[in-house]
Amino acid sequence: MALLDVQNVRHCFSGLLALDKVTFQVKEGQVKSIIGPNGAGKTTLFNIVSGIFPPSSGSIRFCGDSIAGLKPYQVARKGISRTFQNLSLFLRMTVLENVMVGRHIRTRQGFVSSALRLPGQIREEKAMREAAMVRLEELGLAAVADVPAGSLSFGQRRMVELARALATEPKLLLLDEPASGLNTREKEGLAGIIATIRSKNVTILLVEHDMSLVMDVSDEILVLHSGVPIAEGPPAEVRNNKDVVAVYLGGDFADASN
Amino acid sequence: MHKSRTTLTVISLAAIVVVVQLLTHCAGKEYYLTQMIMAAYYSIVVLGLCLVMGYAGQISLGHAAFFAMGGYTSAILTTTSFSAAAGTGAGRILRGLGVFVERADLYGGQLVTVNPWAAFLMAMLLTAAVAFLIGYPALRLKGHYLAMATLGFGLIVYRIVLGSEFAGSSDGVTGVPEWRICPGLVLGGSTEYRVANYYLAWGVTLLVLVLLLNLVRSRVGRALRSIHDGELAANAMGINTARFKLQAFVFSAVLAAAAGCLLTHYNGGIGPSEAGAMKSIRYVALVAVGGMDNLLGGLVVSTVLTFLSLRGYFGTYDHAVFGVILIAIISLAPEGPLKPVAAWFKGFTVRKGG
Repeated sequence: MALLDVQNVRHCFSGLLALDKVTFQVKEGQVKSIIGPNGAGKTTLFNIVSGIFPPSSGSIRFCGDSIAGLKPYQVARKGISRTFQNLSLFLRMTVLENVMVGRHIRTRQGFVSSALRLPGQIREEKAMREAAMVRLEELGLAAVADVPAGSLSFGQRRMVELARALATEPKLLLLDEPASGLNTREKEGLAGIIATIRSKNVTILLVEHDMSLVMDVSDEILVLHSGVPIAEGPPAEVRNNKDVVAVYLGGDFADASN
Repeated sequence: MHKSRTTLTVISLAAIVVVVQLLTHCAGKEYYLTQMIMAAYYSIVVLGLCLVMGYAGQISLGHAAFFAMGGYTSAILTTTSFSAAAGTGAGRILRGLGVFVERADLYGGQLVTVNPWAAFLMAMLLTAAVAFLIGYPALRLKGHYLAMATLGFGLIVYRIVLGSEFAGSSDGVTGVPEWRICPGLVLGGSTEYRVANYYLAWGVTLLVLVLLLNLVRSRVGRALRSIHDGELAANAMGINTARFKLQAFVFSAVLAAAAGCLLTHYNGGIGPSEAGAMKSIRYVALVAVGGMDNLLGGLVVSTVLTFLSLRGYFGTYDHAVFGVILIAIISLAPEGPLKPVAAWFKGFTVRKGG
């Protein structure tokens, strides 16, 4: 059974058809990439899978359960975490606090126990802090743990977002253009980080424009064009697909990409 | 680390509270304590609002109404005579439970009213229910829907207490009895136990401060702050944002009602001006001057300004002063005046040290 099973998803933004006939699966342990020109609907697809808005029609199943129409926090609790293309850190909180928010769904202390600092709350707080610190160390961010996230460089912010998403212990991680805005050295590091995450049994769905990264890390690639899948398969196959080449190098499809 | 910081803060504040009392005693100006007691109760409203505005990022323009709701509910329940009801079967049971108590009225007659504890509890429950009903629809949406809903609610409450016979119309409710908290401690306005009431008021206020400091430095506090910084990302991290905003709002409304209830017993009554929109705006201004997400700043600023206001230093411009403060903060120092000062002080000490 596929971990994520997307069937015939269609989405309209008040009349504008953003996605249509989108069907694909992500198998457990895979790195699957979604590519396509700007406006192809990649981020829309991410937003639908992560519950930011429901699909107009179609089904989305995760571990066999339907997740179409769930709210983002419910999707997160099912085991899907994500990063954002334009970064969405909590800028006035410290790096450590940002990652501790990622532990939210794995912890449970509420208003009363927190206000009274009951023993269970103190224990859980300590465990949260330690778990978050481990994530930071893995991504080389331990030194900036107590710095406000807003004062970090762009590349570091991307890493904090990744640490925050991983802190939720997801089964499936959605990465929305993780390489954009990174410098060459940081991009090279990213491929290694993706490999490490994968080795910990986290399945990855990746949206990315950087083709060398996509070709490097992906097991399978889905190509979207104007909201419709036009090709799917292993990197070598997709690279030589005539439609894909036409979309990227200009050709019959080029005028429809807006 | 956090715990010791909270402890240090509270010990320092407790020391200031004691010093102020000793100073007023030595200077023979113990009547200042009356306004300090009132300022403490008003500050509880500001502390609660600070949680909603500064941490959860939601604006409530109805906190005066929640304050009044707490005050009026307990005032009405503890002054209305339930003599007839107390004679019925259910009334006898309530009497047995201590909900109804007999006391002498001003003219020596017997009066059956609701026990202040029970009235307090009912006021809290009522306020929580009302805050839930207002907050539930408004907080499911993003944006400033709560501000609009609470503004409307505040205006309605003001009109109701002003226009209703049972709330004493424009006179409000008077003759609210003293509240025997425990043997030797009476919450009431008589000068004979003014000092005890001063410590009671400030003890409660510092307790609320500790609870809120604990809260904002916990999982719940981080969830609220993350909603403020990025609601969508917070939701994507698994935080039920609507629920947390609602919980913070209801908690804050209940704190305001508790403050209203306590102050009503201290003052022996409550009037409709407590429910006015200008009062709500005043609380918002005090949270803003305190630095929004700064509980300690909110408490200090609120105490000082409320004290000055109650002593009449702002004269007929009382409401205008708070309006001007709000405008000045928003245009000159949106993060509150304390932050630039703190940054300047930090820079000064670093330069000196380096």
